[in-house]
Amino acid sequence: MENTINTGYILELKEVSVSYTPGKYAVDKVNARIAPNTVTAIMGPSGCGKSTLLHAINRLHELYPGISTTGEILLKGENIFRMNPMKVRRLAGMVFQRPNPFPTMSISGNVLAGYKLNNISLNKKEKGLIVERSLRSVNLWDEVKDVLNKKGTFLSGGQQQRLCIARALALKPELLLMDEPTSALDPISTSRIEDLILELKKEYTIIIVTHNMSQAARISDNAMFMYLGKLVEYGTTRQMFTKPENKRTEDYLTGSFG
Amino acid sequence: MAKMDKLLRGILLTAACFIIVLTAGIVYGLVSQSWDAFASFGFFRFIASTEWDSRNDIYGALPFIAGTVMTAVLAILFCIPFSLSVSLFNGEYFRNKKLSLFVSSVVDLLAGVPSIVFGLWGFYTLRPVLVDLGLSQQGFGVLLASIVLAVMIIPYASSLSAEFIAMVPNDLKEGAYSLGATNLEVIQRVSLPVAGSGIFASYILAFGRALGETMAVTMLIGNTNNIPRNLADTGNTMASIIANQFGEAGGLKLSALMVIGLLLFFITASVNFIAKYIMKLVNR
Repeated sequence: MENTINTGYILELKEVSVSYTPGKYAVDKVNARIAPNTVTAIMGPSGCGKSTLLHAINRLHELYPGISTTGEILLKGENIFRMNPMKVRRLAGMVFQRPNPFPTMSISGNVLAGYKLNNISLNKKEKGLIVERSLRSVNLWDEVKDVLNKKGTFLSGGQQQRLCIARALALKPELLLMDEPTSALDPISTSRIEDLILELKKEYTIIIVTHNMSQAARISDNAMFMYLGKLVEYGTTRQMFTKPENKRTEDYLTGSFG
Repeated sequence: MAKMDKLLRGILLTAACFIIVLTAGIVYGLVSQSWDAFASFGFFRFIASTEWDSRNDIYGALPFIAGTVMTAVLAILFCIPFSLSVSLFNGEYFRNKKLSLFVSSVVDLLAGVPSIVFGLWGFYTLRPVLVDLGLSQQGFGVLLASIVLAVMIIPYASSLSAEFIAMVPNDLKEGAYSLGATNLEVIQRVSLPVAGSGIFASYILAFGRALGETMAVTMLIGNTNNIPRNLADTGNTMASIIANQFGEAGGLKLSALMVIGLLLFFITASVNFIAKYIMKLVNR
């Protein structure tokens, strides 16, 4: 907590590298600091390491042997590699490219999945409150309040993705990591999720990987541009889109490559 | 070229039709030879009667139906802990690792061992163990047959369930991990429930194998024509009574054996059908 006050940053990346095969870095010595209640977009061409960097932040790489992550990642001043990985993942919620509600669970079951998976027991009243609060925060409550016991997979793609966001938010994370959350969605669902991200910013800090430059321009405060595993440029979105410092960033943003 | 195509199509069509005719032929043969027994005892009396009396020519199939169901159910129960662990090992924990490839090839090897070999092993290795443990006086009986059956069906239950467990989408598992779940919690709450119906279907398929397995069971069950009263008791299954008596049977007795064969045919066919149907639902 003290560190938070000291630095004012919720997340600090120090020399973070990730390699899938020894000697080859998918993410290469990335340094960045992220302030609370901001939306940070990570952009870059396919294979530049943006998703890999995002997955490093909640230690998801550790599920796969052979991937090594080095450097320091401080979440509220605390090095996540010295924390229990389960705790890190609860504090840094993740939303994936394709909506992935658990097919065997109901809508409310999906919202509560984080508690169930961590064997945290709740009474009926607490469950009800968490389900309503989480679904309201993703503007899904009015659409599903009468069908809470139906399977989450019956919902439309956009609704499923909002359900997955609610599932992450139910655990009250410090950070919300989003890995191209709208890439599998239609334009209307996409714009609803974008509006939602702007709303959620009031309470959460969001890092979003996106392919879509106009999306980054619409919703993010700050933007990172990655290329070949390196963080080429990091600054305010406005500055990056108006006068990028790096030639590569400019080329990418103007569509010369990527 | 077109001519060759036509010829090939003709050959394939004939081959396919031949299979249908063959199956129909088997059913016809069984039904036509079952007729005498049906006429003498009636279907329901035949399957409900416990008498198997060659001298008075009175036959009933209940002891064998009971023996079959008992051994198959026990075999499934005995096999679940082992096959489920093997399938979790191969499908989840050690998926695509060298050790898991080795384990699954050993399991496949088990599937290829002839029934008679299992029978021999059961008779000369396992039976004395049961006697030494005091579980049974002679060692023969339902328990011995079920244990060996369980070993025999492990490959069927485990390799198919492992496939269903491995089929659980990675993004679901990552979703669960990203919520802070441990390995065990992901298996309990995500992998097993999602793969559940597939695993269930694999066990039904294995159950079907157990119902029809003949050689090893005939060697081990003790071959007595009574309803087994406990695990140590001897008995006969539908398959083993046929194997034991078809050679010296004639007339009404042969017809009674044919009825049992027909029943076994339909029971295993429907069990297989149910399993395939569940799998179709899962894959959709």
